[in-house]
Amino acid sequence: MSYFGPGHGACPGCGFPIAVKAVLEALEGKAFVVNPTGCLEIVSSMYNRNVWGVPYIHSLFENAAAVAAGIEAALRALNRKHEGHVVVFAGDGATADIGFGMVSGAFDRNHDILYICYDNEAYQNTGNQQSALTPPGARTTTTPVGKRQPGKIGKKKDMVSIAVAHGIPYVASASVGYPNDLKRKVKRAVEFEGAKYIHVHAPCVTGWGIDGKQTVEVARLAVETGLYPLVEFEHGKLVRVMKIKEKKPVEEYLKAQRRFRHLFKHPEGRKIIEELQRIADENIKRYNLLQQ
Amino acid sequence: MRRVVRGFYAIAEAVRLCRPNVICAYPITPQTEIVENLAEMYANGELDAEYITAESEFAAASIVLGASAAGARVFTATSSQGLLLMTEVLFNAAGMRLPIVMVVANRSVSAPLSIWNDHQDSMTVRDAGIIQMHAENNQEAHDLIPLAYKVAEDKRVLLPFILNVDGFKLTHAYEPVDLLSQEVVDSFLPPYDPVVKLSTEKPVAMGCYAPPPYYMEFRVAMEYAMERAKKVMEEAFKEWSEIIGRDYGSHVSAEHCEDAEVVAIAMGSLVGLVRDVVEEMRKEGKKVGLLKIRTFRPFPAEEVREALKNANKVIIFERSLSIGSDPPVTLEVKSALFGSSSPEIHSVVIGLGGRDIPREQIVKVISEVYEGKVKPGKRYEGVKEFEEVIP
Repeated sequence: MSYFGPGHGACPGCGFPIAVKAVLEALEGKAFVVNPTGCLEIVSSMYNRNVWGVPYIHSLFENAAAVAAGIEAALRALNRKHEGHVVVFAGDGATADIGFGMVSGAFDRNHDILYICYDNEAYQNTGNQQSALTPPGARTTTTPVGKRQPGKIGKKKDMVSIAVAHGIPYVASASVGYPNDLKRKVKRAVEFEGAKYIHVHAPCVTGWGIDGKQTVEVARLAVETGLYPLVEFEHGKLVRVMKIKEKKPVEEYLKAQRRFRHLFKHPEGRKIIEELQRIADENIKRYNLLQQ
Repeated sequence: MRRVVRGFYAIAEAVRLCRPNVICAYPITPQTEIVENLAEMYANGELDAEYITAESEFAAASIVLGASAAGARVFTATSSQGLLLMTEVLFNAAGMRLPIVMVVANRSVSAPLSIWNDHQDSMTVRDAGIIQMHAENNQEAHDLIPLAYKVAEDKRVLLPFILNVDGFKLTHAYEPVDLLSQEVVDSFLPPYDPVVKLSTEKPVAMGCYAPPPYYMEFRVAMEYAMERAKKVMEEAFKEWSEIIGRDYGSHVSAEHCEDAEVVAIAMGSLVGLVRDVVEEMRKEGKKVGLLKIRTFRPFPAEEVREALKNANKVIIFERSLSIGSDPPVTLEVKSALFGSSSPEIHSVVIGLGGRDIPREQIVKVISEVYEGKVKPGKRYEGVKEFEEVIP
């Protein structure tokens, strides 16, 4: 049996299996996986059809970070730390919304865990409802597009900065568009003792309205436009960024997805596209992303 | 070793002697000093465990859940709102069959805010699949901690265990307690050897989701485990009383019930007072009895039925309400008696939110029932006349 699958029930072209496989391969299967309720849990952990080749626990939607902290404490108490790393795979809702307090608590105590947030930018398991990580303008079932409302209003919560602000030793962003980069970051992360956070951008084919074949391409567009900067912090200091070879306009990224299609017709759409472009430009400046 | 100590210490010391691996809790009155005592033991190097301070009771319960899943012996404690905040996790822990042991320093729940004692908090988790006992005094609370681990971790059981102690009335009270020794506890309680645990050597998946063809069997299996727990607990009561020389009865303690016309039922610290009154009335030649209910889950229906078989009247001193129905213990007693005897049932709600329960009130209630001055049914003792207002 491999570390993850075969036999999982994720949609063809789903983003997060790429991340899960990359992380577990980087750790050579030496991992205790904690996974809150969500798509990943549902496609992998049905009773009698478990696809995990590593120890796995699903508890509740909002407590993965605390459960991971408990496992880590137990391994310490029982002198079993050598067995493997405690790894959380949690979606954006579990991380940035309902489980936010537990994430902060575990980071505050600096438990020796690796927290991976796979960010597909909405509650995709329940059919694409907005989360705190849904980007402005995105159409979701709870931020539908109508005369009054042009999709999601408000910002995308900056989890990377929030993680850095906790003073934990390692924080990075990654993308399923670049699995080798993710693998390298995982290997680097576990060199540190304490809490590690990697935020992985992972497209959802159904929620985003893309073809299963486009997952990697769309994920890469998010990076190439500057909307999703790939950065790495060690002890609070920015140490590496993935440079953008050729900066692409955000429109190219937005046009590729059904969830943003209305922006090109809705009276408010132009303003939101400009806002997204401004966010991308600011990221590029803030992290010095352009190759000289 | 007999010492005059507070309830907190008696509980914390018993926990220490059980050699837990991971302790985690969040402060809440009147529980806090239990874990403060443990924190001090940890700080002084007297406790060989990981001691974690959580950011909420929800996290505390989640942390001990994770630790237990990884094969650790764990402890947590809480009260009132804290227990309510843990509720989702406790159902989850019971479903995963994790033998988490915790103390609930019983306290009423908001609103209105009250930090004082009744049993409303623990009643909220009565359907979770958690074994629940009520300690009458601090000696019993001390002695029941090793028993809780022994029962919860038994392979025939594997369920969480809540030991209820009345907040303030026990936790804050100084009492002489014969403290257990490490040798005695070690002889009774073996190290925890889980049936299943998270391990990279033999990977398992825990907390899987179960579609309709599977779910029901998991829930029914918990019910079977709870039924088996009754017997396992009896073995443990017997063994423990032989080792420590203190016998608190079994799931219930029926005193003077054989020929009693009126039996008063109570749980927790109120038992002592009711016993006192019953003894005095016995001296006056009145045929009254006491039924102390020690185990609330699994509910000892047979023992209750047996103890009440000759009683014409039963008084249940209730420390909580189930708004819109009979109070919780009354429901259980009525259910236990259904189809056998049918005595008058007096459900007497008393001492909610820490309202004082004077001895005269107990005397009055039992005497009135004994003399047939009151009708059976539900009533509220010690409630002042009031006008209903929305706060």
